Amino acid sequence: MFVTPEGKEIFVVDGHTHFWDGSPENQKNIHGKQFIDCFYAYHTGLSPKEELWEKSKFEKYSADDLYNDLFIDGPDDIAILNSTYLSDFYKNGFNSIERNHLVAKKYPNRFIVNGAFDPRDGQKALEYIHFMKETYDITGVKMYTAEWNGESKGWRLNDPAAYKCFELCEKLGIKNIHVHKGPTIIPLNKDAFDVHDVDYAATDFQGLNWIIEHCGLPRLDDFCWIATQETNVYAGLAVALPFIHARPRYFGEIIAELLFWIGPEKILFGSDYAIWTPKWLVEKFWAYQIPEDIASERGVQLTDEIKEKILGLNAARLYNIDIAARKADFALHPMLIAAE
Amino acid sequence: MQSAPATRLSPQLAEVWARLDLVMDPELDEPVTDMGFIEAVSITGPTTGHNISTVEVSFRLPTYWCSPNFAFLMAQGIKREVEALDWVGQAIVRLQDHMAAEEMNAVINTGGAFSDVFAELMPGENLDALREKFDQKAFQRRQEVVIKALIRQGYPSDEVVRLTLADLSLILFEDAEEDRQRGRYAALLLSKKLARRAGDLAFPTYQGKPIGDDFKTYMGLLRSVRINMEFSGSLCRGLGRSRYMEADISGDVPILVMAAQSPPFHHACR
Repeated sequence: MFVTPEGKEIFVVDGHTHFWDGSPENQKNIHGKQFIDCFYAYHTGLSPKEELWEKSKFEKYSADDLYNDLFIDGPDDIAILNSTYLSDFYKNGFNSIERNHLVAKKYPNRFIVNGAFDPRDGQKALEYIHFMKETYDITGVKMYTAEWNGESKGWRLNDPAAYKCFELCEKLGIKNIHVHKGPTIIPLNKDAFDVHDVDYAATDFQGLNWIIEHCGLPRLDDFCWIATQETNVYAGLAVALPFIHARPRYFGEIIAELLFWIGPEKILFGSDYAIWTPKWLVEKFWAYQIPEDIASERGVQLTDEIKEKILGLNAARLYNIDIAARKADFALHPMLIAAE
Repeated sequence: MQSAPATRLSPQLAEVWARLDLVMDPELDEPVTDMGFIEAVSITGPTTGHNISTVEVSFRLPTYWCSPNFAFLMAQGIKREVEALDWVGQAIVRLQDHMAAEEMNAVINTGGAFSDVFAELMPGENLDALREKFDQKAFQRRQEVVIKALIRQGYPSDEVVRLTLADLSLILFEDAEEDRQRGRYAALLLSKKLARRAGDLAFPTYQGKPIGDDFKTYMGLLRSVRINMEFSGSLCRGLGRSRYMEADISGDVPILVMAAQSPPFHHACR
């Protein structure tokens, strides 16, 4: 819960968090080391310096760290915990659904764990989707189209194999498809860069919600174009939001574009924990105003009402979160204090 | 610029650096020198005479994962610009600490093509098409800076879209950055043959058409190009600064220090 300086309570759904293990012990090869090193450079490059972590904690933090940073020290009410395997880089995966499930079980009612699959696995991917639904009752997945898989260095949402998987997701009620479309970490396949496959998939799967993480940056215009046409395409603010500290005016340009093109109902807050922690992001976001010249050029305003939608109401709608019921439940079960 | 000169450069080194200033990061339209990518420059052999020395340039990108096709364009640009110097026989380019460094260095220095390295991973990748796309973005970004500067000076938009090359050359830009961009913009206008004669429009679209009446929509397009490029630019600068750095949290406030196990890393000095 975030409490504004005026005392208003804002329900926060953090749409993008991770519980990873990028430690040297789990790294399979140089790529695994370079991957977490690059994440760490994002952390050190865009965080306020008071918020910096030591490298060793960043590589592998505990379940208690996660809980504390999101819910006790941080303002989150609910966090969406994404799974990312990167099994070509990490021995036990980077953040597997099993690992995520354990922390969700330890701290009940706080996490929504999303699954992940790789359509290039064919029949095995379909079986795995069944397995995740039956075992963990997932309602969403995280797709990483630039992930390596043997010889393949990426895939597209509109590949036939992917369509088979999405058909199954729709049938099983796995409705929220988060897709990483942002700065490219593994850029070898040029198709993994662009957002046009979202257009096909969103048109062909109207019953699914397509949450485009990092709102397609640095292809914001392409993303906005697609998201304006498709009613079921959403923008995840992870990575865009931290600019609010390092380059606030620039953040104003991004959020003004998003508000102008896709509107306040389709933008979702996400901290991208542990790259960044939600506390400072939410505080700065609440205090933020779009610079006047940018706001007037685009004819948009970032009002408190809009901020409240972005911070939680929009994601709550996608994930059928009953906010009143959750609040009542949280009141009955006071926060556990994480062990030191 | 990359770093202050600690000692005076030899005239030859200064010439090499001046050529390197002409190599752009294609995605950002910023010189690789400004971005701090150049790590070391060395000259072997005599520097008087024709085609006789070897110049080695090593460069490093903000991350291990930076796009190989962009890296290739920069490596090619470095080789081409340095070899344009009369006394240089051969430029050897070394990309450091990158996922594709080994393959790329081998191919670049023997004059091979991008497809020689990445045919399997990026089939059909056409670097010429990519280069053209980046030229367009660079043009649009530079154009926006100049147009906005004119609007700030009080020129009405309907007048801006009718300005000729001759008109533009007479306008004084007091802000140094705006003046620099005007020069860069004019250079692209010429090299892309979008305006050549004094009476040609100073602000055509990249397709060579007049901007026309819908100035606002056109500026919206330029803005979105800039927003995308700035995203990559600030991310690259941030990542470049913090690559090999680690937080030391032993004091009151965390500070960033060089990682103990970082690879040998020097900033080249001019």
